[in-house]
Amino acid sequence: MLGKLDWSAIPLDQPIPLVAGAVVLVAILGVLIWVVAKGHLPYLWHEWITSVDHKRIGVMYILLASVMLLRGGSDAIMMRIQQAVAYQSQGYLPPEHYNQIFSAHGTIMIFFVAMPFVIGLMNLVVPLQLGVRDVAFPTLNSVGFWLTATGALLVNLSLVIGEFARTGWLAFPPLSELSYSPGVGVDYYAWSLQISGVGTLVAGINLVTTVLKLRTKGMNYLRMPMFCWTTLASNLLIVAAFPILTATLAMLLLDRYLGFHFFTNEAGGNVMMFMNLIWAWGHPEVYILVLPAFGIFSEVVSTFSGKALFGYRSMVLATMAICVISFMVWLHHFFTMGAGPDVNAIFGIASMIIAIPTGVKIYNWLFTMYGGRIRFATPMLWSVGFMVTFIIGGLTGVLLAVPPADFMLHNSMFLVAHFHNVIIGGVLFGAFAGFEYWFPKAFGFRLDERWGKAAFWFTFLGFFITFVPLYIAGMLGMTRRMQHYDVAAWRPWMIVAAFGMVVLTIGVICQIVQLVVSIRNREALRDRTGDPWDGRSLEWATSSPPPVFNFAFNPDVRGEDAYWDMKVRARQQSLEHDVPEYRDIEMPRNSPTGFVCAFFATVMGFALIWHIWWMVILGGLGAFATFVVFAWRDHDEYVIPAEDVARIDRVNIEERRSLVSMAGAI
Amino acid sequence: MSMTATAGRAHADPHHIGVVIEHPGPASKRIVTAYGFWVFLLSDIVMFSCFFAAYAVLSGQTAGGPKGSEIFEQGNVAIETVCLLLSSFTCGMASIAADVRNRFWFYLGMAATCVLGLIFLAIEFREFADLVARGYGPSRSAFLTAFFSLVGCHGLHVSAGVLWLLTMMAQVFAKGFRADVLRRMICFALFWHALDIIWVGVFSVVYLLGSGV
Amino acid sequence: MNLLDPQGPVAAANSTILIDSVFIMLAIVVPTIVAILAFAFWFRASNTKARYQPDFVYSGRVEMVVWSIPALTVILLGGVAWIGSHQLDPAAPVPGTGSPVRIQAVSLDWKWLFIYPDQRIATVNTLTVPAGAELNFQLTSSSVMNTFFIPQLGSMIYTMNGMVTKLNLRADNEGKLQGLSAHFSGDGFPDMMFDVNVISPLAFPDWVATTAKTDAVLDEASYRKLMQQGIEKGRPAYRLEDPRLFDLIANQHIPPGPGPELISEAGRPHSGGQDAR
Repeated sequence: MLGKLDWSAIPLDQPIPLVAGAVVLVAILGVLIWVVAKGHLPYLWHEWITSVDHKRIGVMYILLASVMLLRGGSDAIMMRIQQAVAYQSQGYLPPEHYNQIFSAHGTIMIFFVAMPFVIGLMNLVVPLQLGVRDVAFPTLNSVGFWLTATGALLVNLSLVIGEFARTGWLAFPPLSELSYSPGVGVDYYAWSLQISGVGTLVAGINLVTTVLKLRTKGMNYLRMPMFCWTTLASNLLIVAAFPILTATLAMLLLDRYLGFHFFTNEAGGNVMMFMNLIWAWGHPEVYILVLPAFGIFSEVVSTFSGKALFGYRSMVLATMAICVISFMVWLHHFFTMGAGPDVNAIFGIASMIIAIPTGVKIYNWLFTMYGGRIRFATPMLWSVGFMVTFIIGGLTGVLLAVPPADFMLHNSMFLVAHFHNVIIGGVLFGAFAGFEYWFPKAFGFRLDERWGKAAFWFTFLGFFITFVPLYIAGMLGMTRRMQHYDVAAWRPWMIVAAFGMVVLTIGVICQIVQLVVSIRNREALRDRTGDPWDGRSLEWATSSPPPVFNFAFNPDVRGEDAYWDMKVRARQQSLEHDVPEYRDIEMPRNSPTGFVCAFFATVMGFALIWHIWWMVILGGLGAFATFVVFAWRDHDEYVIPAEDVARIDRVNIEERRSLVSMAGAI
Repeated sequence: MSMTATAGRAHADPHHIGVVIEHPGPASKRIVTAYGFWVFLLSDIVMFSCFFAAYAVLSGQTAGGPKGSEIFEQGNVAIETVCLLLSSFTCGMASIAADVRNRFWFYLGMAATCVLGLIFLAIEFREFADLVARGYGPSRSAFLTAFFSLVGCHGLHVSAGVLWLLTMMAQVFAKGFRADVLRRMICFALFWHALDIIWVGVFSVVYLLGSGV
Repeated sequence: MNLLDPQGPVAAANSTILIDSVFIMLAIVVPTIVAILAFAFWFRASNTKARYQPDFVYSGRVEMVVWSIPALTVILLGGVAWIGSHQLDPAAPVPGTGSPVRIQAVSLDWKWLFIYPDQRIATVNTLTVPAGAELNFQLTSSSVMNTFFIPQLGSMIYTMNGMVTKLNLRADNEGKLQGLSAHFSGDGFPDMMFDVNVISPLAFPDWVATTAKTDAVLDEASYRKLMQQGIEKGRPAYRLEDPRLFDLIANQHIPPGPGPELISEAGRPHSGGQDAR
């Protein structure tokens, strides 16, 4: 009846996951009760859960990422403490628990923090920057988000029911095969990634189509803001790379569920094939994450320097070069497999070649600052911090691409420090810069600068205090994923790294405080003009938060930096007052398809993990039925009458006129 | 003021190429939908290519089990191929019928496509069932694993296609040739033709190359 | 275990390349970081002495330079990588004094088995080698993947079931070193560290002779017992009964290690973990 599920699945004898799970459960229940008791449920349902507005979906993605950041961060804290204390002892975490933690930490941080954060920002901003009213497939967009949330939910469910994978975040076979990992951990891992992977693929298709096919009049390719370009590159990579992950995990699942032999030791299975396939996805994946971050930095550096981006075309070229080359370097993840000198050297050099366009980007940001008038608001701080940090990560990355150096450093703490250097220093700093930069656009008020700067400095310093010791430990021969160790030379560095973790945690707390303080002072921080940073691209041409239709008129773009251009022209034409003629606007209706579909996906995923076959069929039928119901509806759009559009737009125009006239007076 | 004024112009055409063709604005829904579905099909083909790659890697790993030439039956495969290629034709007929809003030919075309698809699936299922019954199931060897997954993955796509096909027919029955139904019909036709192209790959790589060995 | 304190030619060459590469890159990284901080500081909005040049958004010369700096660095480093990969390929010979010592390493759950086929002995979790001689390693795994790594001797390499990888090393100085597995392999993974005793070439035959006197015999039966999941705290040594044992393991005549026993059908996180503690 319930497959493999019975009472022994709940780890009653293990206090840490149980307490953690209980805390999460109580928190979720508390929020739910509060929502219901306060009568917010209808609002949430109509305005958020069923919303197909790209801005709302973007915000929900970012919310999901932030919550999961706390979960992944707690895992990180536990690991740092364990390695600080587990010298010549078992520490406080037994191996089967520690191994789950580092596997969950990697999985969560990549798939449920970094991915949703950048996808959320892209969703929020790209249609605005392109000057259009929505993405290409609004309802699918909602489906994509909710499927990602399903994956996150399943990963968290593994805390209290069963276990998570104990195989590392990529679940290398044969360790992840049924014979060496008989528990449900790997199944939790694989199914949550399969489900969220579908969501990511949907988001990718949606954004590629949006950028390529939905641009406002005059928005030629070479006039798109840099963030749109990096979004295009990143989503092209999603479309090309995520199917590889899907196929690879499908093979692993077939091995585990039906006794296939793709990666088993027996019957001719091939482990090396898994390594090749997973990294053929895995290496593009890091560029999927970091390219949007590059786009954010381009926007931020140019805006806060008061200059257009230096070498725009060169940047476009570099972005697309990275996009293509990222598919040709996967083998550098396993130089130590013994593939032979020619193969190693070719892939080593190919990996270094990626450093060229990346280096060009750094220099172009540098020259964007040159001759600028730099305002050090929080997003700019994150950007400069990124440039310094990321160069160091790039250095160690190119070092690891030199095969003989990799023969010494592969899988070491040095490697761990390297990829945290580029992922924290690149993706996370980028996500935070984007968060601070576009927050006023999404919510209509700015974030508190003092707490924001404190968060930056603590995170920046905390990063170095945590990860420089890991670089050193790697040079001392320490390998990753050690639950305990007996080498005295490693210990001091682990203690310093644990201290760094404290500093990093303070950074995160500052971030939370910043949010709370800003919400409290929102009236003082209100952004009435929609253009708080003196921005250059079209998202700043509408109010903050933008109306549901984004723009009353699709803007007409005449050059790069479309909005800057408009502002300049407005000043020259000394604010001519022509009264525009407003028209009705059709917008897509909200739809619960995404949420309902994700509900059935959750049921199905859970049932698959625990081998509850009737429930699997039920979930599958439910998901199919949901789509049929969606396909059957008669009205998929509603009309916003011209008067409403006019009323909403006029308020914004008044505020904006005063801004332009003020700037003109100066 | 003069400084900012030049800034606006300078970026419009920094290389002074001269002619800039203005982008006309967002594309129509029909184009956007079909385009997005194309992108999906490309990603689906990437997924298939992984199974092709796995088949290429594992096809020699018979682990003492049968080789391809010992289990493939050319006759069945020929019928399967004919069915699928014909179904592409009938699917094309249905698309045309939908474009000219002719219900009769639409239903006929779709029904023929469905029948041909089902014949294909039935033959494939019999082939699989027969192999499993002889003890040559996917867990026999890595070669059979790769074979069953590649061909089975295509078969699953065809099954999903048949399900979609029936839904499309029901939808035309209930809603007529509405704009959104027609858009879905374009996507379905693309999907069905893509499955054909993949089958050509499967046919060549698995059955033709495999029979020689 | 300091990588910068190499005890053999392979490690020495690897770490030389490592350090050289770092310095080549630092030569452009340091000026770039300085420039970032300097530009950011000088062009701050409050600095009235800095000249605002909003039109400086393209310069062919600057583009030329910014594309060529990383390109030149990569060409230089690419050369290092190409030559290094060929000279320091794990399978490349490492000439030494005296006759080479053949060692067959098997990673087990969770211990290392070192078979000396020519000396007809085998040890667990200790590797004893003569200084100065070429060490020819053949490596495989009894179950899951591991990576064989002695940081101060040089290159690491994967061990995989059903496959044999090759690695040649040399230890130059007598002394005690440590090795480890550098690829996560399950609950007992951190206990896969092993001792490396580098002894004088003269003492090596004596050590072989003493070891060969042991009563413990390594044959297929005792190997099967050894490959059960568990941690080996001791340092057992064996007389090797069948010198072809490694081949039997590598070509899967002896089936792969069993993994954890299924205690219950449900996904309890106990399986195997018991032994690890």
